[in-house]
Amino acid sequence: MTDLGSAPLPQLADDDHVRGPRDAPLVIEYADFECHFCAVAHVRLAPVPVRRVFRHFPMRSKHPRAWACACAAEAAARQGRFWELHDSLYADQGRLEEPHLWQRARELDLDLDRFQADRRSDETAARVRHDFNSGIRAGVVTTPTLFINNRAHAGIPTADLINTLNPSQRTKN
Amino acid sequence: MSPIAPGTQAPEFRLITEKGKDFTQDDLRGHTTVLVFYPFAFSPVCTDQLNAYNEVLDEFEAAGARLFGVSCDASWSQKAFREHLGVAIPQLSDFEPKGATCRAFDVYHDAGFPQRALVIVDPEGVVQWSHQAASPGDLPGANLIFDGLAAVQTRA
Repeated sequence: MTDLGSAPLPQLADDDHVRGPRDAPLVIEYADFECHFCAVAHVRLAPVPVRRVFRHFPMRSKHPRAWACACAAEAAARQGRFWELHDSLYADQGRLEEPHLWQRARELDLDLDRFQADRRSDETAARVRHDFNSGIRAGVVTTPTLFINNRAHAGIPTADLINTLNPSQRTKN
Repeated sequence: MSPIAPGTQAPEFRLITEKGKDFTQDDLRGHTTVLVFYPFAFSPVCTDQLNAYNEVLDEFEAAGARLFGVSCDASWSQKAFREHLGVAIPQLSDFEPKGATCRAFDVYHDAGFPQRALVIVDPEGVVQWSHQAASPGDLPGANLIFDGLAAVQTRA
Protein backbone atom coordinates (compact mmCIF):
# COMPACT_ATOMS: atom_id res chain seq x y z
CA MET A 1 0.00 0.00 0.00
CA THR A 2 1.31 3.44 -0.92
CA ASP A 3 2.04 5.56 2.12
CA LEU A 4 0.35 8.90 1.56
CA GLY A 5 0.68 10.22 5.10
CA SER A 6 2.35 13.56 5.76
CA ALA A 7 5.97 13.89 4.70
CA PRO A 8 8.25 16.86 4.12
CA LEU A 9 8.41 18.35 0.65
CA PRO A 10 11.11 16.47 -1.29
CA GLN A 11 14.01 18.75 -2.04
CA LEU A 12 15.51 19.13 -5.48
CA ALA A 13 16.22 15.69 -6.96
CA ASP A 14 18.24 14.57 -9.96
CA ASP A 15 15.15 13.59 -11.92
CA ASP A 16 13.30 16.86 -11.27
CA HIS A 17 12.56 19.16 -14.20
CA VAL A 18 14.52 22.31 -13.43
CA ARG A 19 15.29 25.53 -15.24
CA GLY A 20 16.69 28.92 -14.33
CA PRO A 21 19.94 30.19 -12.84
CA ARG A 22 21.49 27.97 -10.18
CA ASP A 23 21.86 30.82 -7.70
CA ALA A 24 18.31 32.16 -8.18
CA PRO A 25 15.51 31.65 -5.60
CA LEU A 26 14.05 28.14 -5.87
CA VAL A 27 10.35 27.79 -6.74
CA ILE A 28 8.94 24.26 -6.63
CA GLU A 29 5.64 24.15 -8.48
CA TYR A 30 2.94 21.46 -8.37
CA ALA A 31 0.78 21.96 -11.44
CA ASP A 32 -1.51 20.45 -14.03
CA PHE A 33 -1.30 21.18 -17.78
CA GLU A 34 -5.06 21.55 -18.20
CA CYS A 35 -5.42 23.95 -15.25
CA HIS A 36 -6.03 27.53 -16.40
CA PHE A 37 -4.75 28.95 -13.10
CA CYS A 38 -1.48 27.07 -13.68
CA ALA A 39 -1.20 28.69 -17.11
CA VAL A 40 -1.58 32.12 -15.50
CA ALA A 41 1.00 31.19 -12.87
CA HIS A 42 3.35 30.18 -15.69
CA VAL A 43 2.88 33.54 -17.45
CA ARG A 44 3.54 35.41 -14.20
CA LEU A 45 6.64 33.39 -13.34
CA ALA A 46 8.13 33.24 -16.84
CA PRO A 47 9.87 36.66 -16.75
CA VAL A 48 11.03 36.31 -13.13
CA PRO A 49 14.66 35.24 -12.57
CA VAL A 50 13.95 32.17 -10.43
CA ARG A 51 15.02 28.53 -10.53
CA ARG A 52 11.82 26.68 -11.35
CA VAL A 53 11.03 23.08 -10.59
CA PHE A 54 7.93 21.54 -12.18
CA ARG A 55 6.17 18.61 -10.52
CA HIS A 56 3.05 16.93 -11.86
CA PHE A 57 -0.23 17.21 -9.99
CA PRO A 58 -2.87 16.18 -12.54
CA MET A 59 -6.45 16.41 -11.23
CA ARG A 60 -8.15 13.93 -13.54
CA SER A 61 -11.71 14.38 -12.31
CA LYS A 62 -11.50 18.10 -13.01
CA HIS A 63 -9.22 17.99 -16.05
CA PRO A 64 -9.71 14.88 -18.15
CA ARG A 65 -6.65 15.54 -20.35
CA ALA A 66 -4.28 16.43 -17.51
CA TRP A 67 -2.87 12.93 -17.04
CA ALA A 68 -2.26 12.39 -20.78
CA CYS A 69 -0.53 15.77 -21.01
CA ALA A 70 1.66 14.99 -17.99
CA CYS A 71 2.72 11.69 -19.58
CA ALA A 72 3.38 13.44 -22.90
CA ALA A 73 5.61 15.96 -21.12
CA GLU A 74 7.50 13.09 -19.48
CA ALA A 75 7.91 11.40 -22.87
CA ALA A 76 9.28 14.66 -24.28
CA ALA A 77 11.63 14.81 -21.28
CA ARG A 78 13.08 11.45 -22.37
CA GLN A 79 14.19 13.28 -25.51
CA GLY A 80 15.44 16.30 -23.60
CA ARG A 81 12.47 18.50 -24.52
CA PHE A 82 10.37 18.70 -21.35
CA TRP A 83 10.30 22.48 -21.06
CA GLU A 84 9.56 22.97 -24.75
CA LEU A 85 6.45 20.82 -24.47
CA HIS A 86 5.58 22.43 -21.11
CA ASP A 87 5.62 25.88 -22.71
CA SER A 88 3.73 24.66 -25.76
CA LEU A 89 0.92 23.13 -23.65
CA TYR A 90 0.48 26.24 -21.51
CA ALA A 91 0.56 28.48 -24.58
CA ASP A 92 -2.59 26.83 -25.97
CA GLN A 93 -4.75 24.86 -23.53
CA GLY A 94 -7.58 24.67 -26.02
CA ARG A 95 -5.76 21.94 -27.94
CA LEU A 96 -4.83 19.07 -25.65
CA GLU A 97 -6.43 16.11 -27.45
CA GLU A 98 -4.43 13.26 -28.95
CA PRO A 99 -3.93 14.72 -32.46
CA HIS A 100 -2.81 17.98 -30.85
CA LEU A 101 -0.20 16.15 -28.78
CA TRP A 102 1.12 14.39 -31.91
CA GLN A 103 1.25 17.74 -33.71
CA ARG A 104 3.15 19.34 -30.84
CA ALA A 105 5.59 16.41 -30.82
CA ARG A 106 6.13 16.82 -34.57
CA GLU A 107 6.71 20.56 -34.16
CA LEU A 108 9.35 19.80 -31.54
CA ASP A 109 10.93 17.35 -33.97
CA LEU A 110 10.65 14.48 -31.49
CA ASP A 111 11.14 10.85 -32.49
CA LEU A 112 7.41 10.14 -32.75
CA ASP A 113 7.54 6.36 -32.33
CA ARG A 114 9.59 6.75 -29.19
CA PHE A 115 7.32 9.55 -27.95
CA GLN A 116 4.25 7.35 -28.44
CA ALA A 117 5.80 4.38 -26.66
CA ASP A 118 7.24 6.43 -23.82
CA ARG A 119 4.09 8.34 -22.97
CA ARG A 120 2.17 5.09 -22.54
CA SER A 121 4.83 3.24 -20.57
CA ASP A 122 4.43 2.09 -16.99
CA GLU A 123 7.64 3.90 -16.14
CA THR A 124 6.20 7.22 -17.28
CA ALA A 125 2.98 6.66 -15.35
CA ALA A 126 5.04 5.84 -12.25
CA ARG A 127 7.08 9.02 -12.71
CA VAL A 128 3.93 11.20 -12.86
CA ARG A 129 2.44 9.34 -9.91
CA HIS A 130 5.65 9.83 -7.95
CA ASP A 131 5.32 13.61 -8.29
CA PHE A 132 1.60 13.52 -7.48
CA ASN A 133 2.13 11.43 -4.35
CA SER A 134 4.92 13.70 -3.11
CA GLY A 135 2.50 16.61 -3.47
CA ILE A 136 -0.26 14.80 -1.57
CA ARG A 137 2.18 13.98 1.24
CA ALA A 138 3.28 17.62 1.41
CA GLY A 139 -0.36 18.71 1.72
CA VAL A 140 -1.03 19.92 -1.84
CA VAL A 141 -4.78 20.13 -2.47
CA THR A 142 -5.03 22.58 -5.32
CA THR A 143 -3.15 23.70 -8.41
CA PRO A 144 -0.98 25.56 -8.79
CA THR A 145 0.78 25.27 -5.44
CA LEU A 146 4.20 26.90 -5.27
CA PHE A 147 6.70 26.10 -2.55
CA ILE A 148 9.13 28.89 -1.81
CA ASN A 149 11.52 28.38 1.12
CA ASN A 150 9.41 25.33 2.05
CA ARG A 151 6.29 27.46 2.46
CA ALA A 152 3.26 26.56 0.34
CA HIS A 153 1.47 29.23 -1.69
CA ALA A 154 -1.75 27.85 -3.17
CA GLY A 155 -3.31 29.43 -6.25
CA ILE A 156 -2.10 31.97 -8.78
CA PRO A 157 0.96 33.77 -7.38
CA THR A 158 0.02 37.28 -6.31
CA ALA A 159 1.93 40.34 -7.42
CA ASP A 160 3.27 40.64 -3.87
CA LEU A 161 4.69 37.14 -4.05
CA ILE A 162 6.21 37.77 -7.48
CA ASN A 163 7.73 41.00 -6.13
CA THR A 164 9.41 39.18 -3.27
CA LEU A 165 11.06 36.94 -5.88
CA ASN A 166 11.95 39.80 -8.17
CA PRO A 167 12.44 42.97 -6.11
CA SER A 168 14.08 44.89 -8.95
CA GLN A 169 11.04 44.63 -11.21
CA ARG A 170 7.86 45.59 -9.38
CA THR A 171 4.61 44.00 -10.58
CA LYS A 172 1.20 45.49 -9.81
CA ASN A 173 -1.79 43.38 -8.81
CA MET B 1 -13.81 25.24 18.76
CA SER B 2 -13.08 21.63 17.90
CA PRO B 3 -15.07 18.78 16.42
CA ILE B 4 -16.27 15.73 18.30
CA ALA B 5 -13.42 14.25 20.33
CA PRO B 6 -11.71 10.93 19.62
CA GLY B 7 -12.88 8.16 21.92
CA THR B 8 -16.49 9.40 21.80
CA GLN B 9 -19.26 7.13 20.54
CA ALA B 10 -20.66 8.65 17.34
CA PRO B 11 -23.91 10.45 18.21
CA GLU B 12 -27.31 9.47 16.90
CA PHE B 13 -27.81 11.21 13.59
CA ARG B 14 -29.69 11.01 10.32
CA LEU B 15 -28.31 12.08 6.96
CA ILE B 16 -29.87 11.51 3.55
CA THR B 17 -28.07 9.69 0.72
CA GLU B 18 -28.28 10.75 -2.92
CA LYS B 19 -30.93 8.08 -3.37
CA GLY B 20 -33.08 9.59 -0.62
CA LYS B 21 -32.34 6.86 1.93
CA ASP B 22 -31.48 7.46 5.57
CA PHE B 23 -27.83 7.11 6.64
CA THR B 24 -27.56 6.86 10.41
CA GLN B 25 -25.12 5.85 13.12
CA ASP B 26 -26.09 2.22 12.41
CA ASP B 27 -24.60 2.53 8.92
CA LEU B 28 -21.20 3.23 10.44
CA ARG B 29 -21.01 -0.29 11.88
CA GLY B 30 -18.58 -2.68 10.22
CA HIS B 31 -16.64 -0.04 8.29
CA THR B 32 -13.98 2.56 8.88
CA THR B 33 -15.70 5.72 7.74
CA VAL B 34 -14.29 9.16 6.93
CA LEU B 35 -16.87 11.94 7.07
CA VAL B 36 -15.69 14.94 5.07
CA PHE B 37 -17.74 17.93 6.23
CA TYR B 38 -17.54 20.80 3.75
CA PRO B 39 -19.25 24.22 3.72
CA PHE B 40 -21.08 24.41 0.37
CA ALA B 41 -21.60 22.51 -2.88
CA PHE B 42 -20.11 24.40 -5.84
CA SER B 43 -17.90 26.69 -3.76
CA PRO B 44 -14.42 26.85 -5.32
CA VAL B 45 -12.48 25.63 -2.29
CA CYS B 46 -14.73 22.60 -1.74
CA THR B 47 -14.30 21.79 -5.39
CA ASP B 48 -10.54 21.43 -5.07
CA GLN B 49 -10.82 19.44 -1.87
CA LEU B 50 -13.09 16.72 -3.27
CA ASN B 51 -11.15 16.58 -6.54
CA ALA B 52 -7.91 15.98 -4.67
CA TYR B 53 -9.43 13.29 -2.44
CA ASN B 54 -10.99 11.63 -5.46
CA GLU B 55 -7.53 11.15 -7.00
CA VAL B 56 -6.53 8.90 -4.09
CA LEU B 57 -9.79 7.01 -3.51
CA ASP B 58 -8.07 3.71 -4.33
CA GLU B 59 -5.53 4.38 -1.61
CA PHE B 60 -8.28 5.19 0.91
CA GLU B 61 -9.90 1.89 -0.01
CA ALA B 62 -6.56 0.11 0.37
CA ALA B 63 -6.30 1.70 3.82
CA GLY B 64 -9.67 0.10 4.61
CA ALA B 65 -11.67 3.33 4.67
CA ARG B 66 -14.68 4.72 2.82
CA LEU B 67 -15.27 8.44 2.37
CA PHE B 68 -18.48 10.47 2.36
CA GLY B 69 -18.92 14.17 1.67
CA VAL B 70 -21.32 15.86 4.12
CA SER B 71 -22.89 19.30 3.72
CA CYS B 72 -26.17 21.08 4.46
CA ASP B 73 -27.02 21.27 0.77
CA ALA B 74 -30.05 19.38 -0.50
CA SER B 75 -29.34 15.96 -2.01
CA TRP B 76 -30.17 17.20 -5.50
CA SER B 77 -27.57 19.94 -5.18
CA GLN B 78 -25.00 17.50 -3.82
CA LYS B 79 -25.66 15.07 -6.68
CA ALA B 80 -25.33 17.87 -9.25
CA PHE B 81 -22.14 19.01 -7.54
CA ARG B 82 -20.64 15.51 -7.51
CA GLU B 83 -21.51 14.97 -11.16
CA HIS B 84 -20.17 18.41 -12.07
CA LEU B 85 -16.85 17.56 -10.42
CA GLY B 86 -16.74 14.08 -11.92
CA VAL B 87 -15.93 12.58 -8.52
CA ALA B 88 -17.09 9.27 -7.07
CA ILE B 89 -17.23 10.30 -3.40
CA PRO B 90 -20.81 9.63 -2.21
CA GLN B 91 -22.63 12.57 -0.66
CA LEU B 92 -24.76 12.77 2.48
CA SER B 93 -27.16 15.66 3.07
CA ASP B 94 -27.79 17.40 6.39
CA PHE B 95 -30.55 19.55 4.90
CA GLU B 96 -33.53 19.04 7.21
CA PRO B 97 -33.51 19.69 10.09
CA LYS B 98 -30.73 21.83 8.77
CA GLY B 99 -27.35 21.11 10.29
CA ALA B 100 -28.64 18.72 12.97
CA THR B 101 -25.92 16.15 12.27
CA CYS B 102 -23.24 18.83 11.98
CA ARG B 103 -24.29 20.11 15.40
CA ALA B 104 -24.17 16.58 16.81
CA PHE B 105 -20.57 16.27 15.57
CA ASP B 106 -19.73 19.81 16.77
CA VAL B 107 -18.86 21.02 13.31
CA TYR B 108 -21.67 23.54 12.65
CA HIS B 109 -20.51 27.05 11.81
CA ASP B 110 -22.50 29.91 13.34
CA ALA B 111 -23.08 31.31 9.85
CA GLY B 112 -25.18 28.27 8.90
CA PHE B 113 -22.90 25.77 7.20
CA PRO B 114 -20.57 22.91 8.16
CA GLN B 115 -17.07 23.73 9.26
CA ARG B 116 -14.41 22.22 7.04
CA ALA B 117 -13.84 19.16 9.19
CA LEU B 118 -12.83 15.52 8.95
CA VAL B 119 -14.03 12.76 11.28
CA ILE B 120 -12.90 9.12 11.24
CA VAL B 121 -15.27 6.62 12.85
CA ASP B 122 -14.21 3.03 13.45
CA PRO B 123 -16.29 -0.10 12.67
CA GLU B 124 -17.70 -0.06 16.23
CA GLY B 125 -19.05 3.44 15.74
CA VAL B 126 -16.45 5.17 17.90
CA VAL B 127 -14.90 8.42 16.71
CA GLN B 128 -11.17 7.73 16.44
CA TRP B 129 -9.82 10.94 14.93
CA SER B 130 -11.08 14.38 14.01
CA HIS B 131 -9.71 17.52 12.49
CA GLN B 132 -11.11 20.97 11.84
CA ALA B 133 -9.47 23.46 9.48
CA ALA B 134 -8.39 26.73 11.08
CA SER B 135 -10.86 28.49 8.79
CA PRO B 136 -13.41 27.25 6.24
CA GLY B 137 -11.11 28.60 3.51
CA ASP B 138 -8.25 26.31 4.53
CA LEU B 139 -8.08 22.99 2.74
CA PRO B 140 -7.01 19.94 4.73
CA GLY B 141 -4.82 17.79 2.51
CA ALA B 142 -5.52 14.11 1.91
CA ASN B 143 -2.27 13.46 3.81
CA LEU B 144 -4.03 14.42 7.05
CA ILE B 145 -6.68 11.74 6.52
CA PHE B 146 -3.98 9.14 5.86
CA ASP B 147 -2.22 10.30 9.04
CA GLY B 148 -5.49 9.85 10.92
CA LEU B 149 -6.11 6.39 9.46
CA ALA B 150 -2.56 5.32 10.33
CA ALA B 151 -2.99 6.55 13.91
CA VAL B 152 -6.26 4.62 14.20
CA GLN B 153 -4.66 1.43 12.88
CA THR B 154 -1.73 1.82 15.26
CA ARG B 155 -4.13 2.03 18.19
CA ALA B 156 -6.23 -0.92 17.00
